[in-house]
Amino acid sequence: MTAAAIPAGVSVPVVKQRRAFVAVLRRDLLVTWSELPVFLAQVILQPLFLLFVFGKVLGSLGYTQHGYSDLLFPGLLALTAVITGMQTLAFPLVIEFGWTKEIEDRLLAPMSTGLVAAEKVLFATLRALTATTVMIPVGIIVLGSIPWRWSGVPLLVLSMILGSMLGAGLGLVLGTLVVPQRINIVFSLVFTPLLFTGCSQYPWPSLSSLRWFQIVTACNPMTYVSESMRAALVPSVPHITPWVCIVVLLCSLTVLMTIGVRGFYRRAID
Amino acid sequence: MTAVEVSELVKRYPKSTVNAVDGITFAVEPGEVFGLLGPNGAGKTTTVGMLTTRVKPTSGQAMVGGVDVGSEPVRARSMLAVVPQRSNLDRSLSIRRNLTFHAAYHGVAAGEASARADELLEQFGLRERGNVKPDLFSGGQAQRVMIARALMHQPQVLFLDEPTTGLDPAARLFVWDRLRELREHGVTLFLTTHDMHEAALLADRVGIMDHGKLLALDIPDALMRGLPGSSTLELSVHAGDNGHSPETLIDAFAALPGVERVEPLPSDSPEPDDPLWHVRLYVSGEASRLVAPTATLLADRGLSLSGVELGEPTLEDVFIHLTGRTLR
Repeated sequence: MTAAAIPAGVSVPVVKQRRAFVAVLRRDLLVTWSELPVFLAQVILQPLFLLFVFGKVLGSLGYTQHGYSDLLFPGLLALTAVITGMQTLAFPLVIEFGWTKEIEDRLLAPMSTGLVAAEKVLFATLRALTATTVMIPVGIIVLGSIPWRWSGVPLLVLSMILGSMLGAGLGLVLGTLVVPQRINIVFSLVFTPLLFTGCSQYPWPSLSSLRWFQIVTACNPMTYVSESMRAALVPSVPHITPWVCIVVLLCSLTVLMTIGVRGFYRRAID
Repeated sequence: MTAVEVSELVKRYPKSTVNAVDGITFAVEPGEVFGLLGPNGAGKTTTVGMLTTRVKPTSGQAMVGGVDVGSEPVRARSMLAVVPQRSNLDRSLSIRRNLTFHAAYHGVAAGEASARADELLEQFGLRERGNVKPDLFSGGQAQRVMIARALMHQPQVLFLDEPTTGLDPAARLFVWDRLRELREHGVTLFLTTHDMHEAALLADRVGIMDHGKLLALDIPDALMRGLPGSSTLELSVHAGDNGHSPETLIDAFAALPGVERVEPLPSDSPEPDDPLWHVRLYVSGEASRLVAPTATLLADRGLSLSGVELGEPTLEDVFIHLTGRTLR
């Protein structure tokens, strides 16, 4: 009962590492599939209620101006992408590293530790993209109609991908920094500010009359996801130029992934 | 090629002032069952951590299946499997899928993995429970699943960290039986334990570890034989009323050839006028050879021997001899 000996000096073939990577991804997809209703409820509920209350109820009661829901919808797509990416990665990672140790079997698979982290990011991105895509029909149902421009779709898709990856990056950083005992505190300290300073409920340029808050929101990378979503769907609303958003998002991703992967290695290897 | 080879291996954790593992060197041959025995905190788990790529050595070298775990961790991982102290089973997957996904991570083809999973579930008495998720499993069942999972990719060396700690006696016997089977199949087993009975029972060779150092390494018999004064002879003596005290008796016993030291044990008196003294003699060599001389010694003093018990040394005695402390 011994493995076929690999001659000395030959590193593990890329094929073998890729197979391990695919198997780990398949495991995550299978688990998501088997709890699909829970997954959908988890990711849709919050944006659904925000959309319903702010887009529908307040509008019907005349507390918001006509057209506010058009402005809100792209922001909620951004919010769904970022929050889902973050939740998908951070919560399980904290539990797996700190409590159940479930991740150990994957860390001991013949693949580099960095690839295990990369799979986490890819999976979280895929889940966030799915959730964001599902928000489009949900928006149509709740609001009756959504702002839509076919010419804006390429930028919309790019924003969805970058937003989902941003969420995954934030999740990786949080998931490797937080110990299970602090998970509740840290998440409420990070979640709420992230939720409300990400320009999902208001366009950034309109904050010029509230300068200090405009600066605060400029520091939240989610702002740039919201803004580029608006550029894609409702270009008539003042927004930050898309290329600026994309550059800022790419820079944020680089920083988050660097910190996150380093944190992952620190947690994976003593 | 040796299964495991460790030379001058050192691990010092950040912010620590002492080495958790302090320059250990040893080798394990293929097909051998190697036991690392020591108290909690001796450095056993850290040693296994380094050998299984989860702990980065501070210095020194460790090879598993001929692969340097420090410089080629990814390749080393396909050579080894780990059964940890605490369950780390995938709670989102059924037992069977725990096994088949483990195989998939290691590149075993699906058909082969499926057949092997059936075989191992059967062998480990889990056939009926393949579709159950591990949340509901007891420690013993989880342990069995983890051993079965570890065997899915046919590793060259199987590491087991405290494989039976916390298991009830029946589960422990079951795990021991499975490990013996694996030994018969020629799987190299590397286990850590603080249970000297387990080490003596399962291991071909035992390394005794304390404070990060390997204090001794040999087959269990040799370790115990090499121990001075470790066979024991426990005597119960009818004290009578002829003026002898236990102390004078102890000096007399200690003067006998072959007796290393004598320890008084608590006396009792089943009948009020006839107290019973108990003494333990630590003897080098066979304890039985001293039964006749001690009986003669007592008879000369008008005392009678009421009971004799021979004791063989255990690995615990070896540990006490080496460290001055008990294992627990």
